[in-house]
Amino acid sequence: MTRKQRRLYFVLLGMLALGAATALVLTAINDTLVYFYTPADIQAKHVGPNRRFRLGGLVEKGSVVKKGETVDFKVTDLTASLAVTYTGVLPDLFREGQGVVAEGKLDGQGMFHASEVLAKHDEKYMPKEVSDALKKSGQWREENASK
Amino acid sequence: MHRFANPMRFVRLAAAIQPWTAGVTLILLALGLYFGLFDSPADYQQGESVRIMYVHVPSAWLAMAAYSTMAFASGVGLVWKHPLADLIAKAASPIGAAFTFVCLVTGSLWGKPMWGTWWAWDARLTSMLILFFLYLGHMALLNAFDDPTRGTKAAGILALAGFVNIPIIKFSVDWWNTLHQPASVSKVGMPTIDPSMLLPLMLMGVAFTTFFVTVLLIRVRSEILAAKVRAIRLNQIHSAPGAISGELVGESPR
Repeated sequence: MTRKQRRLYFVLLGMLALGAATALVLTAINDTLVYFYTPADIQAKHVGPNRRFRLGGLVEKGSVVKKGETVDFKVTDLTASLAVTYTGVLPDLFREGQGVVAEGKLDGQGMFHASEVLAKHDEKYMPKEVSDALKKSGQWREENASK
Repeated sequence: MHRFANPMRFVRLAAAIQPWTAGVTLILLALGLYFGLFDSPADYQQGESVRIMYVHVPSAWLAMAAYSTMAFASGVGLVWKHPLADLIAKAASPIGAAFTFVCLVTGSLWGKPMWGTWWAWDARLTSMLILFFLYLGHMALLNAFDDPTRGTKAAGILALAGFVNIPIIKFSVDWWNTLHQPASVSKVGMPTIDPSMLLPLMLMGVAFTTFFVTVLLIRVRSEILAAKVRAIRLNQIHSAPGAISGELVGESPR
């Protein structure tokens, strides 16, 4: 084996080992790498009150109730949903059926008190005329629109 | 491969290619900016802010492409000890760092009106910030040693080790819940971006690529020529009467 070959195998082996190590570490700390939990995650994990976390999902259709500065809505992941209350300014993209990430904690009654609400944008880019036309022709699929 | 690896041949080849890549960059950038800023529709959700994407997304692509170039060149430099590969790696990192910086800044400017925050520590944004620090570390390591070859070696190892971050950036939006939206263009099946918006994005993507190639060629060329000037100067010093060594070298001055 020439020295060049030896160096080549050394580099390749090093990259492979580093890649494997990174993959293992990332899998191990998977839970801390997610930016938010979905309502189904919260149900499965039995998160108690007074623990801060981020809740993410879609704003449930017809669940938004505004009372002055305070707004109540439900966050759903289409399997479970969670009631949220928030006082403050909402981002422009906050609307029913769209993605949202709220930071806060649960109270004893299972109500999520958010201290910050962020809008999550989906990966769809289209002009307004196209989205209107899709909705008109019945081609609009909500689950695709707001993943 | 070795035919093009000769530095002086590379200089001549680069000089021949450069005007073309520069020309293509200018034309496509003008077209892309025109379509992106004036002749494309506003988004149904984001409104006019969608236009930030035409700079943000190509910057992100090129930030990763420049890093891949740098890592590949560093690997070739480490294994085959080829000076040209080391020069390419050295030339690529400041350009890549600039792309990463533009990507982070434009993303932040988009995030405030759309998400409601300038920054979020989600997997995509954090891994992109790490990419920026990898570039900075690469540039710092290159100049951290008195002996430049040691700096090249250390920086090359960093570039290769940091390459694990590239797939993490790309797939972060699929592997974990992130605030950042998943990929639109490279999606399996149809891209979820309207053709009227895909056109300026693609124009800008190609323009950024040819821009990267142009600047890379300029930087590698000037590195080669600078090395040549250094060699000539050294030669003159050694061959001049009363040189540092204090004795005349048996060579006629040029």
